[in-house]
Amino acid sequence: MEEIYLDNSSTTRPYPEVIDFMGTALDKIFGNPSSLHQKGIEAEKLVEEARRRIASFFTDREDEIYFTSGGTEANNLAVKGAALRNRNRGNHLITSQVEHPSVLNCFRYLEKEEGFAVDYLPVDNRGFIDPEQVKKLVKKETILVSIMHVNNEIGAVQPLEEVGPLVKGANPSTLFHVDAVQSFARMALDINTWQADLVSCSGHKIHGPRGAGCLWAKKGTLLQPLFHGGGQERELRPGTENVPAIAGFGLAAHLTSESRQRKAAALGSLKLSFYQALENNGVELYVNGPTPENGAVHIINISFPGLPSEVLLHSLEERGIFASSGSACHSQKPEPSHILQALNLSEERLQSALRFSFSFYNSEQEMEFAAAQTAEVVRELKSMFNP
Amino acid sequence: MPAKILVRYGEIALKGKNRGRFEQQLRKNLKEALKNFQATVEKMEGRFLVSGPEENRDKMVERLSKVFGVVSLSAVEKTGLDLEEIKKMALEMAGRVPADKKEFKVETRRSNKQFPYPSPEVNKILGAHLLEHYPHLKVDLEQPDFTLSVEISHNKAFLYLDRVEGPGGLPVGITGRALLMLSGGIDSPVAGWLGMKRGLTVEALHFHSFPFTSKRSQEKAIDICRKLAAGSGSIRLYMINMASIQKELRAKCPDKMAIILLRRMMLRLAEKLSTERGLQALITGESLGQVASQTLESIIVTEKVTDMLILRPLVGMDKKEIVNKAVKIETYDISIRPYEDCCTLFLPQNPVTRPKLDQVVNQEAKLDLETLMKEAMDSLETTLVKR
Repeated sequence: MEEIYLDNSSTTRPYPEVIDFMGTALDKIFGNPSSLHQKGIEAEKLVEEARRRIASFFTDREDEIYFTSGGTEANNLAVKGAALRNRNRGNHLITSQVEHPSVLNCFRYLEKEEGFAVDYLPVDNRGFIDPEQVKKLVKKETILVSIMHVNNEIGAVQPLEEVGPLVKGANPSTLFHVDAVQSFARMALDINTWQADLVSCSGHKIHGPRGAGCLWAKKGTLLQPLFHGGGQERELRPGTENVPAIAGFGLAAHLTSESRQRKAAALGSLKLSFYQALENNGVELYVNGPTPENGAVHIINISFPGLPSEVLLHSLEERGIFASSGSACHSQKPEPSHILQALNLSEERLQSALRFSFSFYNSEQEMEFAAAQTAEVVRELKSMFNP
Repeated sequence: MPAKILVRYGEIALKGKNRGRFEQQLRKNLKEALKNFQATVEKMEGRFLVSGPEENRDKMVERLSKVFGVVSLSAVEKTGLDLEEIKKMALEMAGRVPADKKEFKVETRRSNKQFPYPSPEVNKILGAHLLEHYPHLKVDLEQPDFTLSVEISHNKAFLYLDRVEGPGGLPVGITGRALLMLSGGIDSPVAGWLGMKRGLTVEALHFHSFPFTSKRSQEKAIDICRKLAAGSGSIRLYMINMASIQKELRAKCPDKMAIILLRRMMLRLAEKLSTERGLQALITGESLGQVASQTLESIIVTEKVTDMLILRPLVGMDKKEIVNKAVKIETYDISIRPYEDCCTLFLPQNPVTRPKLDQVVNQEAKLDLETLMKEAMDSLETTLVKR
């Protein structure tokens, strides 16, 4: 059976080039980058090449890139690292209600265990925060604002170009962190307009390996490390570098951004084709989050009223189509995701939501097929759940 | 010095040929449990003596403590039948007891009546010897902090400090072969465990309902079997997909009858499988009166489809007792994982609690039972789950 993978916001299939490159790195370049001999130098070169590649997405400054084990660690380093290191300047923090758990739970930790005051911004029913509201909340004691770029479940692209300047206008020394795990390399990151200080990225969302990600931190941004150890990553992230994964991450970022330049429009049209085909098949549906024309090009969240998400998911799985109910990290809990809840959706829409997320590996033919199959599954299940 | 473990077994009432079979099977099961540990099992009067590498001692005790038929076991030290040697060992062992445990007693059992000192005499000699060398110790016969036990057998003596309880019961394999209906809930694993405790070789049958249930609910059944296999080495697990039967029931029969009809189908399938596999009885986790499907009427109507013996070991237990047992045999945490099984899906609002046989038979007349059974049997998957 042909498989159509539409769960690219959970993780992506690595590029063959990345797999080859990592295989070679694992096999031949096994030295420790800190070693003084040739083996160490070879390994260090791989890491530095990856660092240059990643830096090119920001300011080309290699000393602003800190490799981490992935997006979760990058978010932890940014949020906890910035809050704890700068607490002498104030104890107020701002984030949104629709952040990824690796951001949200850092704030909850800081609030509960470290005595910070946190404001959690609500969103409108399409999933967007209101920049004016951010502006109102920023005060003298505000040391960090953290807002994601692209929402992982509904694809809402937050208006960072407005948020950033408003934050800095209200308090120039407030740090601005952006969780860009869903958008890095897939979309342009306009860090200058955003006036961002910290940006989190991950390798496995862009056809790279798990186990590598990074935090971009503007020169001069003060952070407290999460770990203590040897002096790697300029003492901010000690631990022997995961050389093959970092190398694979660098290459994947490079390849993804190349594909984007060639095929960004194509990726956006995949999403619209899929949505159109569902509509043409007469399926009863609601789009959660931004309208299909808006939102990130690779994510769409749809409710099929009356049908439990998980049954839909498995029925599609049976036909070789892989989607997600909620985001993969918490689809094991029966509770609907905090993101969909923040949109104030009806219970019926909460319980029947599926996320489809696309990549350059998908094709127009797949969209047509997947939509037709989805329509068939919905019809079939309707007779079972609402006979 | 290899580690020595004294394994005690019960069922003293067993006599003659039965006792021989019991011991033979238990020995086989003990050896199986110690596979890969380079251990030997030696038969003594009314006990087994296991010897194996010292570094595996704790692991061996853990393994043996789950073998059915074992009443208790102790890691022991062996000496010759020489009082001086016994005294020396007693001193050494008391030296290993943490210093905060001060009050002790000595307990001697002499099965070898040739040994020149009667048990109370040995207690006195060893007690005095320990007091002399360890001035912080004190004798307390009522509530000692530790007990030094001594067993004098025909050619050697054993000394030990701890006693680990085993499950008791009969060695798996001596009473017959049965099929456990394993739902993934809290009850059925306990029922299976109790069946095994009475010497049954148990195979398990799990019904799932993919795509209406998650593949993770099948993993759950596998994980439960792995826990049960601690007592037997391995469990054969069968899985049958009920999705097409459930669809048919949804389409043709009233909702409130769905459960009783489904359960009758399950029982028919279990009987068919048992016949093919030469299994003599069924084990279910049914108890009386907990839910609609467990009213006496419901159980009676369900079991009319088969002539097979159905064992219901939980019938005398309260829910709390069942839960406690499930915690003890380590299946509880697996059972409460939040995946739906095929019985909780499509749960009607008001299931019939007192079904009438003729009603049920009338409903079944609408179904092509033979085709449904065949379809379900075609989905049969078999896995051998090892400890």
